Amino acid sequence: MKHDPDISVKLGRLSLKNPLVLASGVMGTSPELLHRVALSGAGAVTAKSCGPTLRTGHPNPVMVAWEHGLLNAIGLTNPGVDDEVKLLMDAKQRLNPLNVPLIASIFAGSAEEFGEVASIVAEAEPDLVEVNISCPNVHDDFGLPFAADAKSAAAVTRAVKQKIGGIPIAVKLAPNVPDIGRIAKSVVDAGSDVITAINTMPGMVIDVDAAQPVLHNRSGGLSGPALKPIAVRCVAEIAQFVDVPIIGTGGVLTGRDAAEMMMAGATAVGVGSALWYRGPDAIKLIKAELQDFLRENGYKSVCEIFRKAL
Amino acid sequence: MGGKFEARKVTAISKINPVTSWIRFDGDIYAQPGQFVMVWLPKIGEKPFSIAELNPLGLLVVDVGPFSHALQALQVGDSLWVKGPLGQGFSITGERLLLVGGGYGSAPLLALAKKARAQNITVDVCLGARSEAGLLLSDAFLELGCQVSYATEDGSLGWHGLVTDIVEQKIQAIAYDLLCACGPTGLLSALSNICKTHRLDNQLSWEAHMRCGMGLCGSCLVSQNIDELLPVGWLACYDGPVFYQKFRD
Repeated sequence: MKHDPDISVKLGRLSLKNPLVLASGVMGTSPELLHRVALSGAGAVTAKSCGPTLRTGHPNPVMVAWEHGLLNAIGLTNPGVDDEVKLLMDAKQRLNPLNVPLIASIFAGSAEEFGEVASIVAEAEPDLVEVNISCPNVHDDFGLPFAADAKSAAAVTRAVKQKIGGIPIAVKLAPNVPDIGRIAKSVVDAGSDVITAINTMPGMVIDVDAAQPVLHNRSGGLSGPALKPIAVRCVAEIAQFVDVPIIGTGGVLTGRDAAEMMMAGATAVGVGSALWYRGPDAIKLIKAELQDFLRENGYKSVCEIFRKAL
Repeated sequence: MGGKFEARKVTAISKINPVTSWIRFDGDIYAQPGQFVMVWLPKIGEKPFSIAELNPLGLLVVDVGPFSHALQALQVGDSLWVKGPLGQGFSITGERLLLVGGGYGSAPLLALAKKARAQNITVDVCLGARSEAGLLLSDAFLELGCQVSYATEDGSLGWHGLVTDIVEQKIQAIAYDLLCACGPTGLLSALSNICKTHRLDNQLSWEAHMRCGMGLCGSCLVSQNIDELLPVGWLACYDGPVFYQKFRD
């Protein structure tokens, strides 16, 4: 009798039943929605980023599909970290019995403020804290993302690390930098336990009949199939520079896409836009396809494909 | 897939009461009654609208804010942009339907009634509102051959009280196969309970604050705190707006 391939992975100190992680931003901050995605088979789930105070986000339109992907500018809608802590606690109670780790996500306007948000979010005791230094949609409020510069990225990492009370952190990097490997190295040297790569790519879609950008924010973050080759390259480059685990995120829609991301050096694989292309239960489908791929190719464990293409 | 915007031209616009317009567009939309579209007016904004007419596409627009005000100011020949159809709509089963509309909730029920009447299905309609002026589209339902009953909270037309009162009376008198409803959350919760008591299959169209309309941002969660019969993490824009509850085989 053939056994199912082992698809469990270790993401630093965390044990994941499978490598598929709900990417931050998708499904917002609601505990019920994180619960639903966990029930659909996710290895871990990431809440939408929270900041120091409530943000309603950008006016509509906030999302549009185009030929090869999606473009969104939600604008970091979140209830503020004080209320987010309560939501994370509720989510944790729902996820614990399912054995699905909870990843919180934070953003802020300065390294010092990142530290303050980190110390509050730590009260919810998430299993990992993602540090979002790379949202492409809030230039007007926050200026250039910290992910654009190795020194600022490291400063934020240190500030969070000091205040997070021993919870592991994953700094989330931006694709639109000249040297992502060097930036990854600087945040790992500053204490990042995991790297999440990548955030969405800045983009714009103009409707030529309307002669206007479709999104109210004009530009947005590009995700979906068009992002995947960019993400795979970034992950492969980061994997050459650092030894920490990588959550490879960008355009993964199928089990074969997930395998590709892992062959590039990702330990876990973020899933986001797939929930539009394949529905809210996308992770269940991707997980089954990943298992099929491993079985058909004679792999006994998903670990065997890790870094295989490097 | 319905994630892109498509320009549509206004072919007709008529006021059906001082604050409500019926806007008709060029071309049909291939949708189920109860599905919705996101409507974008460049530089003004984007809002969800349920589809009130399929062939050609027609929307019921109530002047409640700057966006709907701008929509009502459109002229024949002007363009607007439509993304959709999105979500899950109504699905007709059985021989005798009861439709319940609260206020502007009658809009998607009209498209449903039209489809059901084309299949020779008997359609009874209960419309409820605060007063007579809020009862919408009743002539359109009558023209389709539906039997229409009214309830107003101020007693200005029909039953003096809540629409759920006349729904109870009808369910007790007539063996319906399915109840379909659209309206405010309080009305739907009450109808959900009534249907549970009578074990009547129902399809309720829930409203929620929609942002992306594509099942990704999580804004339109309808929580189990609102109706315990809903599954965990139910999204009005993707899983709904219409939720099916079956009691009979």
